[in-house]
Amino acid sequence: MTSKSQVKVIEPGYEPVHEGHPSPLTYFKVAMTLVVITAIEVVVFFFEGLSYGIIPILAILSLAKFALVIMFYMHLKFDHKLFSTMFVGGFVLAFLVIFALLGLFKWFI
Amino acid sequence: MWAFLGSDCMFFGTLIATYLVYYGKSLSGPLPIDVFSIPVTTVSTFVLLMSSMSMVLSYAALTRGRMKAFRIWLAATIVLGATFLAFQVFEFYEFANHEVVVSCDDDPTKWTDLEASLAAGCLTGAAGDEVSVRGFREVEYHAGGEHGPEIEGVYGLTPRTNLFGTTFFSLTGFHGAHVTLGVIWLLSLFFFSFKKGGVTPKKNLDLDLAALYWHFVDVVWIVIFTVVYLFGVFEGF
Repeated sequence: MTSKSQVKVIEPGYEPVHEGHPSPLTYFKVAMTLVVITAIEVVVFFFEGLSYGIIPILAILSLAKFALVIMFYMHLKFDHKLFSTMFVGGFVLAFLVIFALLGLFKWFI
Repeated sequence: MWAFLGSDCMFFGTLIATYLVYYGKSLSGPLPIDVFSIPVTTVSTFVLLMSSMSMVLSYAALTRGRMKAFRIWLAATIVLGATFLAFQVFEFYEFANHEVVVSCDDDPTKWTDLEASLAAGCLTGAAGDEVSVRGFREVEYHAGGEHGPEIEGVYGLTPRTNLFGTTFFSLTGFHGAHVTLGVIWLLSLFFFSFKKGGVTPKKNLDLDLAALYWHFVDVVWIVIFTVVYLFGVFEGF
């Protein structure tokens, strides 16, 4: 799963364990951050004064949650860059497909 | 696994794009604003986020050799995943049996399109005839409702109802199928861990891969929650 430089082999026969993984406390803090961001999303959603400003705010909050999960829970922050490239590559392509389709169907006009 | 997750990003990307392309193109209701319940979906989102936390704690416990804690956190993940699925089944059932109630004396400008089409039956009901409104079933007119004359009917949202139904159920249905597969995968690992040499601190790769898949399902839901539910109910979108 990880490159040699980032893998700690405890003893022969063990499968690689990711070195430098966060502690359970960090995982808990990430979870609480995710919950707080979700709560903010819902509060922002019911706040009427924002009008169209709600769209970029919700998009940024959603992206922040997305980044937290893939960096810490999916340990991309600690893994080989190849894995990040494979996943982010797919994500960017998906994003481009969405925009291409929306453009094709004149969604922005 | 990363190559698969990258390709799955594109899979969900196309489903989200299709949903957005056809957003607002339905010729008849129900529309997102008629059926979505943000509080309920917020709770199910919370459940899925918590399942991701229990998943990482399960993996952390396994790599530290704490088998009992590993099984407890894994079982918690399975229960939370199943709870999320129960929420989805409940939501789909509610959508398919969506009840609309309209007070006939209300200000028509405040009605949604769906409510306005049901209110068309108020005149027939007031005349004492049997009420039938196109698209609705179980339509009933009550002359002495809580706030004056009322009309109620069931307008179910299914994949065949309108474009919103088709794209919404395709997107959330495929996500639900991913969650179901994840729950089965985690359940098999849970039972496999009791077998000698099954899942052990030495053999943790199986759980690591399942965890990656599970977190991916979580991040997809993060996007769906914002794009489909929050943007969907926002009137200016």
